[in-house]
Amino acid sequence: MNGITGHSLFRRLEHAAALLLALLWMAPLLYAVWAAIHPPEYAIHFDLLAPISLENFQVAWSRAPFARYFLNTFILVTTILAAQFVLCTLAAYAFARFEFPGSGIAFALVLLQLMIMPEVLIVENYKTMSQLGLVDTISGIGLPYMASAFGIFLLRQTFKTVPKDLEDAARLEGCGPLQVLWKVYVPLARPTYVAYGLVSISYHWNNFLWPLVITNSVTTRPLTVGLAIFGAPESGVDWSIISAATLLAVAPLLVAFLLFQRQFVQSFMRAGIK
Amino acid sequence: MSSVPKISQRYVVGWLLLMPAAVLLAMFTHYPAVATLAESFFSSGSAIRPSEFVGLDNYRLMLDDEVFWKVLRNNAWFAVGTIPVSIGLAILMAVWVNSRMPLQGFVRMCYFTPTVLPMIAVANIWLFFYTPEIGLIDQISGALGFGSHNWLGDPDTVLGCIIVLAIWKEAGFFMIFYLAALQAMSPELEEAAQLEGASRWYFFRRVTFPLLMPTTLFVLINAVINSFKLVDQLFILTKGGPDNASSLLLYYIYEVAFSFLDQSYASTLTVVLLAILAVIAICQFVFLDKRIHYQ
Repeated sequence: MNGITGHSLFRRLEHAAALLLALLWMAPLLYAVWAAIHPPEYAIHFDLLAPISLENFQVAWSRAPFARYFLNTFILVTTILAAQFVLCTLAAYAFARFEFPGSGIAFALVLLQLMIMPEVLIVENYKTMSQLGLVDTISGIGLPYMASAFGIFLLRQTFKTVPKDLEDAARLEGCGPLQVLWKVYVPLARPTYVAYGLVSISYHWNNFLWPLVITNSVTTRPLTVGLAIFGAPESGVDWSIISAATLLAVAPLLVAFLLFQRQFVQSFMRAGIK
Repeated sequence: MSSVPKISQRYVVGWLLLMPAAVLLAMFTHYPAVATLAESFFSSGSAIRPSEFVGLDNYRLMLDDEVFWKVLRNNAWFAVGTIPVSIGLAILMAVWVNSRMPLQGFVRMCYFTPTVLPMIAVANIWLFFYTPEIGLIDQISGALGFGSHNWLGDPDTVLGCIIVLAIWKEAGFFMIFYLAALQAMSPELEEAAQLEGASRWYFFRRVTFPLLMPTTLFVLINAVINSFKLVDQLFILTKGGPDNASSLLLYYIYEVAFSFLDQSYASTLTVVLLAILAVIAICQFVFLDKRIHYQ
């Protein structure tokens, strides 16, 4: 019996430690919320009776074109996702079901992008974009990411698990390759699309380096780049307002995450174990 | 209908399906990788002086460039400081979240939240933590009777600050992979161990940890890649300073290309980064189960 009480005491300590670490992990976000909803003089000292106000959000919103940044990020993320779905589906189908000559080498060349991400090639890709006249455009930000090795790989794995009989049945009914893809493979791969979509959206909502390099005006800058300019020490904006702006920028993704937490975690898991 | 045209027809369809993605990949991954290598053998052109072939001059310049060696050293320390701790924490988090405990969902959410937040945004918050005197860390250390410290302004502590932020940002992301692996593990193993009277620590050391090895290798590879890719925080926290004490290779490449406008030298530095990534790729190929990619 002694062993069991000692055991459960240890368990309780463990639970306490887990909870403490969780709170520590949340602390930066909680602090940002504190600073954002209180007047600036409370940003550096904590008083439970401090008055709550949303003025910081109004000030942040009016000092930088955040509405435009939101629109840019939204267009960017949806364009990339739509293009990725189309391009990766087609390529994954080719790798999963068509054994054409050179497919092995082609697949290895595709996987190369898992190592050499577009972030690493900013110097050359900037040159290419200026030759194409796409510097400072939203397509310029998105293009290097549209053919995603990760997406192709993930969908190929999923398509391979689809029973061949289903394809044969569809073919007997007179479906061409694209119809088979659309009617058999795509519906069966829905969970993979959701998983990949969530990973892609969070990646591109948060992406910074390449958008920073390739944009230079308000009409193209995504939120991350806008926020970096807004929060620069030279801008002389105080903490409360930066916190408010930071929360504004992360709000849509954060709210989506808190609402669909289970799906997010499972999507990242699904994407990770393939 | 003979089978020969049917097969070659499938070849054509296969290539056609692949074509759109292949064109974009070739344009923005394969071509620039090769072009970077070529560029590194030329001088930077200007309006009056066209670029010309200079052989290995850029590389000689690089070997004599103290900043290059410094950012490479920083990058190595950044990787060494970030990876073991974040992987260790990730395993701990996954084991906790996977066991029955109160507030399990809440705890998992807390661990994972940093992953969905943009680095730029969280760096803004952490900047305040590190600010001397009024920042949160100095306030706490002040209350405990320690003096104030310019965490980001001191070359001895700045890289540590960057490492702590990176650990916080990444541990929850790595936890996900371990969680997936733990959930795929048979619960009978633990039941059997309990019947045998094995302690939890013994069970973890002798059963769980070895079974997690493939996951650890996978996470390790990703962590090493990330340590060369993750530079967003520097734009907010330090701009690589003071005196390049916190600069990392990719950040230096950005500076050389877009602040000092020396494209050739930036290409030469990029070749080093590509070489490092190639070594990682080879390690992955040798150590990681090939199954993961080629099944």
